[in-house]
Amino acid sequence: MSIYDIIFYLFATITLVSAFFVVTIRNIVYSAFFLLFTFFGVAGIYVILGADFVAMVQLIVYVGGILILILFGVMLTNKITNVQIKSGTSQVIPAAIGVGLFAGILTAALINTPWRKIDTSPLLPTTQGLGLMLISEYGVVFELLGILLLIALIGAASLARK
Amino acid sequence: MIIYDFLYKFVFNITQSAAIGDITAMIISGALPLLILVLPFTLVAVWLERKVSAHMQDRLGPMRTGSHGWLQTVADLIKLLQKEDIVASDNDRPLFNLAPILVFAGSYLVFAALPFSSAYIGSNIDLGIIFIIAASGFVVAGILMAGWSSNNKYSLLGAMRSAAQIISYEIPTILVILTIIMITGTTNLRTLSEMQTGHFWNWMIFGGAGLSLSKFLFIPFMLIGFVILYISTLAEVNRTPFDIPEAESELVSGYHTEYSGMKFAMFFLAEYANMFAVSAIVSAIFFGGYQSPIGYLGNTLGLPWMIPIEQFLWFASKGVFFVLVQMWLRWTLPRLRVDQLMALCWKYLIPIAFVNLIIVGLITVL
Repeated sequence: MSIYDIIFYLFATITLVSAFFVVTIRNIVYSAFFLLFTFFGVAGIYVILGADFVAMVQLIVYVGGILILILFGVMLTNKITNVQIKSGTSQVIPAAIGVGLFAGILTAALINTPWRKIDTSPLLPTTQGLGLMLISEYGVVFELLGILLLIALIGAASLARK
Repeated sequence: MIIYDFLYKFVFNITQSAAIGDITAMIISGALPLLILVLPFTLVAVWLERKVSAHMQDRLGPMRTGSHGWLQTVADLIKLLQKEDIVASDNDRPLFNLAPILVFAGSYLVFAALPFSSAYIGSNIDLGIIFIIAASGFVVAGILMAGWSSNNKYSLLGAMRSAAQIISYEIPTILVILTIIMITGTTNLRTLSEMQTGHFWNWMIFGGAGLSLSKFLFIPFMLIGFVILYISTLAEVNRTPFDIPEAESELVSGYHTEYSGMKFAMFFLAEYANMFAVSAIVSAIFFGGYQSPIGYLGNTLGLPWMIPIEQFLWFASKGVFFVLVQMWLRWTLPRLRVDQLMALCWKYLIPIAFVNLIIVGLITVL
């Protein structure tokens, strides 16, 4: 058991335990904060897989952006306006079907993917390769996604003005 | 890295186990910045802040504890250690206890990627500067946690203001950093420092190393970038003139109003660690990081082992210099209003940073 195994199991435990609490705990502020640890654990697993840039972007976008927005929303409604928001259970059967289907797809993908055995060569930085691919091979898709985000931004601003 | 290898070999020779050697070396070399830099720096900086503010207002400041009061912070620390740890019954206990730890852990994460000298960098990752930006998200989450769990409107308002401010000012910070990444083609802070080696005219603020036309064209835009970066880092560490999160006259002391004793000390430590960290980032990006401006004494004397120590001293003194500038600004400028704060960020800093980015990009293509 090398140090990387220990670190992997540490991150995997953090991710699984906190993700479990995100969905089970009643207090919505608590689940938002547990989501922080889930994102942290997932970022750690990305690093172990050698996807350093994806891990950092995961932290910037999800912890620095989306999680903070969720917390803002929850806090502004929960504490200041005295509305108690609790997460509850509803629509058990459709949810179970959806989750079951998704789990089936994931398991199928897991079995059918030809997994590459781990090589012991040191992990290389991926940023340069990703950047070159984004502006050459996937250039059009990249620009289209940028336009999509711009449309979303303008839409949100015009909705907020009304 | 040299220190890490040394520790690893030392432990490995005793225990003959790679895992134990790795873990011990990681823990010890990870704690080094805290023990060597952050704790002594905080002790000195808190005292210095009081002295600087006092002398700016024509007072003397602390004078009783030790010569010119230099032991004042130690005395304060002992006082804080003895204080009762108060958790009010309506505080949200688990989050209330976790928040100071999260805030300090978030601030200390930044130190993992800072290049202290050519012999020591916590983790020489390729994405050092991006990692530093990512780590600040944890501080925001910790501040929100502190504000919410305190169950106090001053705390909550302070935390909200602080989070909004940090998120807004992250954008000009990232834009300026992108400008630098575009010129140098690296996100690794150690490589960035190595590129600015030699004398001070090779620093990024003077257009970087080499002697070409673009170097001279860069200089005015580097100055603009530096000013924007410095202003936005000031806002990110909630220092005056951007200290509305803990505006004493409106909010008691913002998100840490409810904290006492050592938990309050954790917030304080995190604040001063952050001050040093952002100053160190500014110096690593624009002012050569650990590189000496005038050459090394170790080279002159022919003692190569002296160079890393000199580099560490240069790095620390550059950081402390920018912390002193922060203190100077704090006791000079009045506090901004919320709308002025947001207007400064969104209407002035971000457009200027964007134009700066585009112009620097055009020069790079030349």
